[in-house]
Amino acid sequence: MTVTNEPPAARPALTRRGGNAVGDRLFSWWTLGTGLLVLAILGLILITTVREAWPAFDAMGLRFLTERIWDPNPATGDAIFGALSFAYGTAISSLIALLFAVPVSVGIALFLTELAPRRLRGAAVTVIDLLAAVPSVVFGLWGILVVAPALVPVYQWMHDVLGGVPVLGRLFGPVGSGRNFMTAGLILAIMVTPIITSITREVFSTVPRADKDAALALGATRWEMIRGAVFPHSFGGVVGAVMLGLGRAMGETIAVALVIGGATNITANIFAPGNSMAAVIVQQFGESTGTFTAALIGLGVVLFAMTVLINVLAQVVVRRAEARMKGSVA
Amino acid sequence: MANDTDLTTRPSIAVHATGVTAAGVETSPAPVMQLRDVSVYYGSYEAVRGTTMPIQQNQVTAMIGPSGCGKSTVLRALNRMNDPIPGARVSGEVSFHGQDLYARDVDPIQVRRRIGMVFQKPNPFPKSIYDNVAYGLRINGIKGRLDDHVEEALTQAALWDEVKDKLRKSALALSGGQQQRLCIARTIAVKPEVILMDEPCSALDPIATAKIEDLMFELTNDYTIVIVTHNMQQAARVSHYTAFFTAEVDEKQVRHGRLVEYSQTGKLFTNPADKRTEDYITGRFG
Repeated sequence: MTVTNEPPAARPALTRRGGNAVGDRLFSWWTLGTGLLVLAILGLILITTVREAWPAFDAMGLRFLTERIWDPNPATGDAIFGALSFAYGTAISSLIALLFAVPVSVGIALFLTELAPRRLRGAAVTVIDLLAAVPSVVFGLWGILVVAPALVPVYQWMHDVLGGVPVLGRLFGPVGSGRNFMTAGLILAIMVTPIITSITREVFSTVPRADKDAALALGATRWEMIRGAVFPHSFGGVVGAVMLGLGRAMGETIAVALVIGGATNITANIFAPGNSMAAVIVQQFGESTGTFTAALIGLGVVLFAMTVLINVLAQVVVRRAEARMKGSVA
Repeated sequence: MANDTDLTTRPSIAVHATGVTAAGVETSPAPVMQLRDVSVYYGSYEAVRGTTMPIQQNQVTAMIGPSGCGKSTVLRALNRMNDPIPGARVSGEVSFHGQDLYARDVDPIQVRRRIGMVFQKPNPFPKSIYDNVAYGLRINGIKGRLDDHVEEALTQAALWDEVKDKLRKSALALSGGQQQRLCIARTIAVKPEVILMDEPCSALDPIATAKIEDLMFELTNDYTIVIVTHNMQQAARVSHYTAFFTAEVDEKQVRHGRLVEYSQTGKLFTNPADKRTEDYITGRFG
């Protein structure tokens, strides 16, 4: 009875684009644009850095990657720019960082998702996020003023105890100032813990209640439940979190520059000073000219390439591990 | 149809409908589980009030009733699966072979190893078929000859022939019905005494449902089964005993689940003692 019989002409025609369609189109252009912008910026960075670094690549050729000597101002002959020592320093300090940060972060994340009382969770998350908000120069200064001196006796003790062990002992060689690969790794570990923690926590919290119930109903203890239901479900996500942390560790500049010791050095001894690619760039860029500047930018290109390579490798690892763990789907 | 001796292991509608099972009650042994005045609380909310009923050994006991009547809550109280839910609490007594499951010194892990559970939605782990079944065996410390145990469990769950050539494939690649039978295999692999099933067929098609129901007949040889179901026909088909729950609103306008009637399935469906049961099974329930 109350149905109004509007004449068909008054209703919008089926073919007309309503007002919403404009918004919809704007939205799609906006998102497409921003998406492409990221790619464009990435591409431009790659192109310009390679171009700027070209004089050094041209002078050194492949030796830029395989040469361990970095000598911008030799007494005689041409300058030598080899990235290998710094690539090694980047790799070893980041590796040490992950070695400490991953178990700690996964532990914190598990505690927050599985064990912590609800009231504690919010507070704990805030504290960890605050850790991520500390500027890296503060970590660096803290490292150089407090951590490095404090750890020298610990390093000395480890050298005394473990230094004599065959093969393994080479890792724990003579101790210098406390500014070395190990200290850099520890500072980096603290810096990447918040990011790995917060992502793994998100990943763990997506594990379905049903999967956990299934494990518990089989008589699993909490740890068995975590191993059987939580880990298989979140392996890929955790690796992703670790990769993000690794990216941060490899790219970290000022904190590492302050605590790594500043030596051009490839050694198994984690108590020896070294240098990382990012740290070298920040230390030497101000006083560089010409090919020297190009070589420093070249370090940036190598760092970029290393990060990409590691991420690709990680994806391969995840795919293999998941196929093995979950069984192949096909 | 079946003769009297079959009744304890193989129920069927026809037998129940004729009321032959009446004699069976007297001969059935002491119940494997007994609920006495069991109430389940979530915080201060009393979800289910005062449930008293037995669970008979090697029988299928069905719990039916409308949504929100507390049948799943009671089921989860039987193997302490409510424990991980914050604020969940049980009063009264749930006994298993005469032992109170909620006594202070009882370990819920051990309870769940004796009283297993199959869930509404098939929930295999994101692992291979083999590892799904082996998981329970491994955590229960059953070493060696794992292959034999896995095969036995899958065979008992009527899944072996379908999966024996793809044990290393992902369990998630199976159909819903196969996944649910895998979950049953996973449960029986650890050899519990009682299997709790929480609407195990509600996510399955009729053919897969029929397979699970057939399987339940088989399983009563070795196990005691408690099944929660929305489907009255299913309760009538598979169970020996049925408990009918409903939701009641008390004087403070708070809803509680209550057990209305417990009896032999044949009797409950043909001659219910309570008017509310009759209304429900005849479809007059709101």
